[in-house]
Amino acid sequence: MAVNTALSVGNVQFLDCDVEKPNAHLLLHPTISLTEPVCVSVPVVNGELCDHCGECAQFCHYNALFVGSEKVLVFPELCHSCGGCVLVCPRKAITEQGRRIGTLKLGSAGDLELVYGELEVGESMAVPVIREVKRRIVDGKDVILDSSPGASCPVVETVRGSDFSVLVTEPTPFGLHDLRIAVRVLENMRVPFGVVINRAGVGDRGVYEYCEEKGIRVLLEIPFQRRIAQLYSRGIPFSAEMPEWKEKFRAFFDEVRRLVGG
Amino acid sequence: MKQLTVLSGKGGTGKTTVTASFAVLAGNAIVADCDVDAPNLHMLLHPRIVETREFKGSKLAILDKSKCVECGLCRKRCRFGAITERFEVDPIACEGCGVCDLVCPVNAIALSERISGHAYISKTEHGFMSHAMLSPGEANSGKLVTLVRQNARILAERESSDMVIIDGPPGIACPVIASVTGVDLGLAVTEPSMSGIHDLERVLQLLGHFGVRPLVCVNMSDINEENTRKIVSFCKERDVEVVGGIPFNRVVTEAMVKGKPVVEYAPRSDAAAGIGRAWKRILSLLEL
Repeated sequence: MAVNTALSVGNVQFLDCDVEKPNAHLLLHPTISLTEPVCVSVPVVNGELCDHCGECAQFCHYNALFVGSEKVLVFPELCHSCGGCVLVCPRKAITEQGRRIGTLKLGSAGDLELVYGELEVGESMAVPVIREVKRRIVDGKDVILDSSPGASCPVVETVRGSDFSVLVTEPTPFGLHDLRIAVRVLENMRVPFGVVINRAGVGDRGVYEYCEEKGIRVLLEIPFQRRIAQLYSRGIPFSAEMPEWKEKFRAFFDEVRRLVGG
Repeated sequence: MKQLTVLSGKGGTGKTTVTASFAVLAGNAIVADCDVDAPNLHMLLHPRIVETREFKGSKLAILDKSKCVECGLCRKRCRFGAITERFEVDPIACEGCGVCDLVCPVNAIALSERISGHAYISKTEHGFMSHAMLSPGEANSGKLVTLVRQNARILAERESSDMVIIDGPPGIACPVIASVTGVDLGLAVTEPSMSGIHDLERVLQLLGHFGVRPLVCVNMSDINEENTRKIVSFCKERDVEVVGGIPFNRVVTEAMVKGKPVVEYAPRSDAAAGIGRAWKRILSLLEL
């Protein structure tokens, strides 16, 4: 959905914030111009200065430090990089160093600029990688962000600061259930939103009834068609092969622009 | 007790459909829904909740305006941008680290526990179920997953069940890691699309990283047979067993609409047969 919109509208910045499993580049085949490590700060304890008072471990809400009688253990994968341990240490024995948790990539495909992040396998925190991707937002262009599914912190981090959010769902009970949850997240965040129904024609009417009842705008419906599914499975954005869809995606984006008043 | 986690890189590959059918085929397994931010399994298994527990996964800074002198130290030190210009705490950004409380010279900030969700123990027609619901937008789903798995283990012991079937969340980050550590088998459900293959690679790497034996099941295997062949040969190269394919069949969506596991709704369908074959193979691998 996000890729097809970007390709149809053109000249936008595309941010793939689904850093656990970025996929947009598989469809866009960008030329990569920059690859950079994404690092987070983690504590390093200077054993000569440390007197094992235990203040750091007591402070840390994530249990990322353990102070033994001889040694301080750091569990970097639990650390949220808040910097509290450095502040609390009475002997100034703690400093911070960068630890790589992912990779940031910048590239272009035609007139699209693509930014995406890749979380290293085995790393648990997607949010710092998403933040890094979003730091590359440039002023003056429309920005389309592709979020991960679900309703927890990676989604919240992606949506934060957006003018508008598009919820893509399918007309099934699972789709409706997850849609309701996502709507609650966006209502809490006070981000305006609309719905796109993918695979229209399968399932039931629950999603339509829910949207009508809540007064949520259905911005676009993409029917369940074997041709669309097959193009997708081959890694081809279907609007590239079905030009009538380019128009629909453009109209959809114009509608979004109108709704945010831009 | 043996543990199986069903997972997928991307969402919507049919993970929950497979898990629900496994629950029926198993008869007396404990089922754990670890997709805590968007759980779906309950819609097919219809659990009756017998016990609810609050989940306090994180803390939140509370700023007392009457004490605050607006010195700005908390704003300066907060690395999550959670203190606004008007000296209010943004509950969405706050990660509950306590740095603001630490640096506040007038003690205007305190940390409070926040209820980030609920954990449930339930009964279904096919045995007990452990599940949860993370409050929308909350963090720390990994911790809640750990709680769901703990509850499942306790249930397995109490009910003398020899198996826990875990429905994992999509992705590869904290809740997924919490869903796969220490399990006996990880079944990756994928679909034959380019992104499905790409995501499968990441999931297999993750299972390898945590030393979990991987298995692969291809859902909607006949939608793109060339890609299905690609997945099979790709798995062969990596010595990963493919336990079978589930052909595309509209009864799968129909079963979902009716709120039933597909092996119950359409037991004679090819889709149910595919799931059944995968299940048999899993049982023999687990020596059950």
